[in-house]
Amino acid sequence: MPELMQFLLSGVTVGAVYALVALGFTIIYNASDVVNFAQGEFVMLGGMVTVFAHHAGLPLPLAALIAILSTAGIGVALNKLAIEPARGAPVVSLIIITIGASIFIRGVTQLVFDKQLHRFPAFSGDEPIRVLGATILPQSLWVIAGAVAVFVGLWLFFTRTLIGRAVLATSNNRLAARLVGINTGWVMTLSFALSAGIGALAGVLVTPITLVSYDVGIALALKGFAAAMLGGMGNPKGALVGGILLGLLEALTAGYVSSQYKDAAAFVVILAVLFAMPQGLFGKKSTDRV
Amino acid sequence: MTVLLEIEGLGISFGGLRAVNDVSFRVNPGEIVSVIGPNGAGKTTLFNMISGIYKPGAGRVRLMGEDVTGISPHLLARRGMSRTFQNLQIFQSMTVLENAVAGYHLQESGSVLADLLGLPASRRRAAAAREGARQLLERVDLARAAEMEAGSLSYGALKRLEIARALALNPKVLLLDEPAAGCNAVETEEIDHLIAEVAASGVAILLVEHDMKMVMRISRHIVVLDHGEKIAEGDPATVSRNPKVIEAYLGTQAEDAHAHG
Amino acid sequence: MRLSEKQWTLLILAALIALSPFFFPSSYYYRVGSLIFVNGLAVTGIVILTGYAGQISLGHAGFAGIGAYACALAPAHLGLHPALALVLGAAISGVLAFLVGRPILRLKGYYLAVASLGLGILVAMALANESWITGGPDGIKVADLGLRAVLKSQGLDLSNTEFWYAFTGLALLIGAWLALNLHDSPTGRALRALHGSEIAARTVGIDVARAKLAAFVISAVYASVSGSLLALQNRFITPDVAGYMHSIEMVTMAVLGGAGSVLGAIFGAGILTMLPQVLTVFAEYEQLMLGLVMMLVMIFMRQGLLPSVLRLIRGRGE
Repeated sequence: MPELMQFLLSGVTVGAVYALVALGFTIIYNASDVVNFAQGEFVMLGGMVTVFAHHAGLPLPLAALIAILSTAGIGVALNKLAIEPARGAPVVSLIIITIGASIFIRGVTQLVFDKQLHRFPAFSGDEPIRVLGATILPQSLWVIAGAVAVFVGLWLFFTRTLIGRAVLATSNNRLAARLVGINTGWVMTLSFALSAGIGALAGVLVTPITLVSYDVGIALALKGFAAAMLGGMGNPKGALVGGILLGLLEALTAGYVSSQYKDAAAFVVILAVLFAMPQGLFGKKSTDRV
Repeated sequence: MTVLLEIEGLGISFGGLRAVNDVSFRVNPGEIVSVIGPNGAGKTTLFNMISGIYKPGAGRVRLMGEDVTGISPHLLARRGMSRTFQNLQIFQSMTVLENAVAGYHLQESGSVLADLLGLPASRRRAAAAREGARQLLERVDLARAAEMEAGSLSYGALKRLEIARALALNPKVLLLDEPAAGCNAVETEEIDHLIAEVAASGVAILLVEHDMKMVMRISRHIVVLDHGEKIAEGDPATVSRNPKVIEAYLGTQAEDAHAHG
Repeated sequence: MRLSEKQWTLLILAALIALSPFFFPSSYYYRVGSLIFVNGLAVTGIVILTGYAGQISLGHAGFAGIGAYACALAPAHLGLHPALALVLGAAISGVLAFLVGRPILRLKGYYLAVASLGLGILVAMALANESWITGGPDGIKVADLGLRAVLKSQGLDLSNTEFWYAFTGLALLIGAWLALNLHDSPTGRALRALHGSEIAARTVGIDVARAKLAAFVISAVYASVSGSLLALQNRFITPDVAGYMHSIEMVTMAVLGGAGSVLGAIFGAGILTMLPQVLTVFAEYEQLMLGLVMMLVMIFMRQGLLPSVLRLIRGRGE
């Protein structure tokens, strides 16, 4: 079944990107209860900044580092300038603020850079590797390895470091965290930086395969959002599983049903999951308090 | 006399923790029954089960002999049950009058199309509800605040507004969750009179209240909960002499004092 | 005689629609005006769903798409008059909203947002992909409504832009009138009540699921009619009408202007429709400005532009 193998491989690659975007959603959601619709723009920025820094003559690793750091900075600015001042606003307002931020970032990117499609060379060449009758690009391995590294790193960070535990405590109960002396404002800053940085990393890893332009963010945000919901909002494990599942689903639909409707399949499944278990695969059930 | 509300073996657990366990009692027409107990005894949880907000894990709720266990609150409202909330559930951005009118929903609602087109039938229904609501506001002494935004009222006034809204349903059974909480002595007395008046008209009233003087004064029958279990019931005099009740209350007072100290 | 808020709103709206043309520097502004009215109609539906009932939808452009393509396809394939095609589109949108509304509206907040978003995207995708009938991403021609010719034969000779300005203006007035009727009616009160407290709404006997569904269906019909009018006016339509960005625009217009009031939301539609027209000189700044306006208004004027401006004026008057 080389065909199936091929679909699975490409599904896992795309799924790894979705998982990273979903993870970004999750981190910010846990810290602030905000679903950040500008999450896709972080991925786009990671790709675009790397492209232009690389064109300007910087070596690729340095360009990528600059892209990740500057995107993290933009994430922090987003929090300070748009999210924190709107604390306590209703969900509709927060949705519009973050969508506004995404449109704004897109608008600035198209002014500062351009509207063209860009790419930079793959990290380890473009020679496909044969696996069980199917092929995979070396860059896909980079994407998958990157996602695994991020998830393992974050897991260690949240369970083994004091700062990580503080972030976790804040997401569980903000008031209690403040009472035991955790600086929750700082935790928010850290969360946005982390989330934006992870998004940018995903952009750096995937650009050699999918190319990048100023407007790729929306689709990524929607898919990442869907993946996060599928897994259960606010759960990192859910983000990982949701992302991979979504990627596989798309690849299989594209392969066996219709490539035009691969996006449709994702949304159909998400609707079905939300109807059957509104909290997602790993989400917590919440009850209204009266 | 027929029993209006009958609670039988009601219980519920949250995450393995038993919040309420095997509670039974009855309320007759025109009777005021109070549920008392220390904080966290499960009184509000009991109310939420009776009024259909939580689905009970065990037991039965019967309304006029019919099993209504776990049916949705809006259907219970249709069958004559109405309630107020411990932490106010007011429609904040609506006017005081509109809050009361909302209580007439079952009487005033009709075809959505007629409402969209502003047909005379729709306007008649709304006008009738408004008329009833004005009289109710008069009764709870809020007539002058009718056009104010509900969110701007004082706590005591909001408590009365909730009672008015609950009365608008013309209920057979009325559940009042701490109607006098946060009210001053004068307001408490007013609410006291109002409850007695409503009961006198034949409504069965189930009351949760912390003001013990009020409870002792107006209740026909008292049910005492502690840690989710019924530890005593009876008329006010009997209950207040019950050693278990005294212990439950003194115990928590001691704990409270400790916690605050 | 003291006018009610409803009468004031309709009066102001009617006066704006009737008097604005006297200040138009060119006939191009009739076109901008009718675009505002078409958007205003969709946004009035959002007022009912979001402003009254507090439910979010990021997929209402899907219904606009259904309305628009009904006017493109029904006359061509079923021989239906374009006006009937508009009604057919509204009926299909209403039925679809009725069928998907119940499960979708069980969800709250962000979950509702993503579910409705998925719904809208599915419609847009179907319109773009089923090119054998929809013409695909390149769009499709739409039949002539024919009303202008009828008016001309009756001696009322309007230019195309003038006709559409008047026609969509009238449609907006009717839409606003219906929404205002609803506001103070038992149904409208039920919607606003469940917006305030779902639990309290249920205990006073409001069938919350049914009330939300009613708001969803009504707002879907508004969006559908708006899409139909857009298609009939442009005589051409592309799947973008059903796209994600159009859904976002609808919600943004409503919330920006003030989703709680019909006039505020239409005001928002006016601002956002005119923004690109004003910025044509700085076309490349359009997205940047749009994003900035969205953020600033939501951060500094949470109630929306119109209520905030009114408060400012009243504050000065006192």
